[in-house]
Amino acid sequence: MNRYAWIALALLGLLAPFVVYPVFMMKLLCFGLFAAAFNLLLGYTGLLSFGHAAFFGGAAYVTGHLVKNVGLTPEVGVLAGTVFAGLLGWAVGSLAIRRQGIYFAMVTLALAQIVYFVALKLPFTGGEDGLQGIPRGLLFGLIDLNRVAMVGGNPLPLSLYYFIFALFCLGFWVIHRAIHSPFGQVLKAIRENEARAISLGYKVERFKLMAFVLSSALAGLAGSMKCLVFQLASLTDVNWHTSGEVVLMTLLGGVGTVLGPPAGAFTVVTLQSKLTMVGPWITVIIGGIFVVCVLLFRRGFIGELGRLLRRPL
Amino acid sequence: MGMSVQTVLSQVMLGLNNGVFYAILSLGLAVIFGLLNIVNFVHGALYMLGAYVALLGFTMLGPLLGKPDFHLNYWAALIVAPLVVGALGVLIEKTMLRRLRKFDHLYGLLLTFGLALIIQGVFTNYFNVSGDAYDGKPESLSGVVDLGFMLFPKYRVWVIGSSLAVCFGTWFVIERTKLGSYLRAGTENPELVKAFGINVPLMITLTYGFGVGLAAFAGVLAAPIYSVSPVMGSEMIITVFAVVVIGGMGSIMGSILTGLLLGMVEGFTKVVYAPASSTVIFLIMVLVLLVKPAGLFGKET
Repeated sequence: MNRYAWIALALLGLLAPFVVYPVFMMKLLCFGLFAAAFNLLLGYTGLLSFGHAAFFGGAAYVTGHLVKNVGLTPEVGVLAGTVFAGLLGWAVGSLAIRRQGIYFAMVTLALAQIVYFVALKLPFTGGEDGLQGIPRGLLFGLIDLNRVAMVGGNPLPLSLYYFIFALFCLGFWVIHRAIHSPFGQVLKAIRENEARAISLGYKVERFKLMAFVLSSALAGLAGSMKCLVFQLASLTDVNWHTSGEVVLMTLLGGVGTVLGPPAGAFTVVTLQSKLTMVGPWITVIIGGIFVVCVLLFRRGFIGELGRLLRRPL
Repeated sequence: MGMSVQTVLSQVMLGLNNGVFYAILSLGLAVIFGLLNIVNFVHGALYMLGAYVALLGFTMLGPLLGKPDFHLNYWAALIVAPLVVGALGVLIEKTMLRRLRKFDHLYGLLLTFGLALIIQGVFTNYFNVSGDAYDGKPESLSGVVDLGFMLFPKYRVWVIGSSLAVCFGTWFVIERTKLGSYLRAGTENPELVKAFGINVPLMITLTYGFGVGLAAFAGVLAAPIYSVSPVMGSEMIITVFAVVVIGGMGSIMGSILTGLLLGMVEGFTKVVYAPASSTVIFLIMVLVLLVKPAGLFGKET
């Protein structure tokens, strides 16, 4: 990807709320960042976490609680959610990296289930109803995130959109930097040949844990963003279905590509919103896409495109 | 704490009842993992499917065949459900899993996850998530048995007894017979076993069919106890995954014993501190990961 392509994408992001329904666009950004954060583990470290909903949803609850019940400003709430997800990731990660391969996936799934049960039982999470009516508040105590700008007769929540877009860019930039740093090179080495990375003297466990913490913190950032956009933190966010969905988004777009996970997330979220009339059949469709993806194009569509263009995307 | 020995024993017995389900399901996962090297995520959904074969066989098969009085009875369901689900498993293995054999094992997990979503999604569309009761429990299994310290439902005694028989039967076949020796050899070195003229691909297909057949058998056993619902499998499979992490999938006997033990621990927790009973297995998993990362019976390097 050259500089011009990045500038073009950034411009698209800046102009999108004038063309696409802004709340939908913000949902795309939240799940796009979630998938990109997840890909840092699956795509670049070779670790399949099946419990990433715990960080996404956990951070959403923390942000929601702090903003709604404690009255903190949104940026502090988002920061707290992200830090919480990072700490939770540290705890889950240190346990999970004790096992390899598919056991790693099962351990993360089971640990995320503890988070789910805790979210169900804790007093402030609102149980089955979730945490509703979370205020968006004043950014830095100054900018009202509820304010809408009238553009061509349509009220557009531009302050909120650009706040979310800025957070997305920040998160995506961190991931991009991590991947293209010496740290990222070590992660790729672990993915390709763990035994060899160990024999070269790298403390593999420490690198895996760092990747896990970074990935879970950014997944938390995405969850906190989602909580402000929808003003809701619910059990759906911590459910294993959500963990599965982020795997699908990444797989569909392209595991181990920079643009794949957001592209996959955009596709899945768009499908979900366009296909609301099929009701519960959406689960069947999602499952079907999973099966087709695994059987027919394991590189994902961005991965296949990259192979066609002979350059990494 | 004011708990009598009787309360503890009765909860442990009820826990053992859950334990046999964990045992059968984790046994199936272990058998499949041994030969196919995949974690069968669809196991829970096929357990649910087994329960639905029993339920629908009892309520809908008759009207469907134009004989409203016909009910597929419980005993027949115990045989039919594993066969139907086993056949589906053979189909899944032959058409899909087989293609993934040369790729990373994670793809097997992802494929079966997708299949689980499909099956669960289809049933969620047609059936109530809160579940339907199965009325086909045979007369001979109703009533209670006096165990000395408590009155225990006869049906649950049957569930525990028959599950244990199936578990140990499977263990015996795999560890003590010639057929089992082929299986174990296939686990260690499929190429060499092939060279001896044994049809390894067929063996793999049948093993997968057998493993998911076990899940369906457990589903039929569960039908009269728990309500039959589209989500019964997904709730079960995550707990069973924790059981498998605790026990390790390397040993058949290990997975059976871990399942039984954890069921009893869960039952015991219900007496001591009920709110923790839904998470106790996961907490034990954390403890095992801290103390013995390879699992209680693990052979993982």
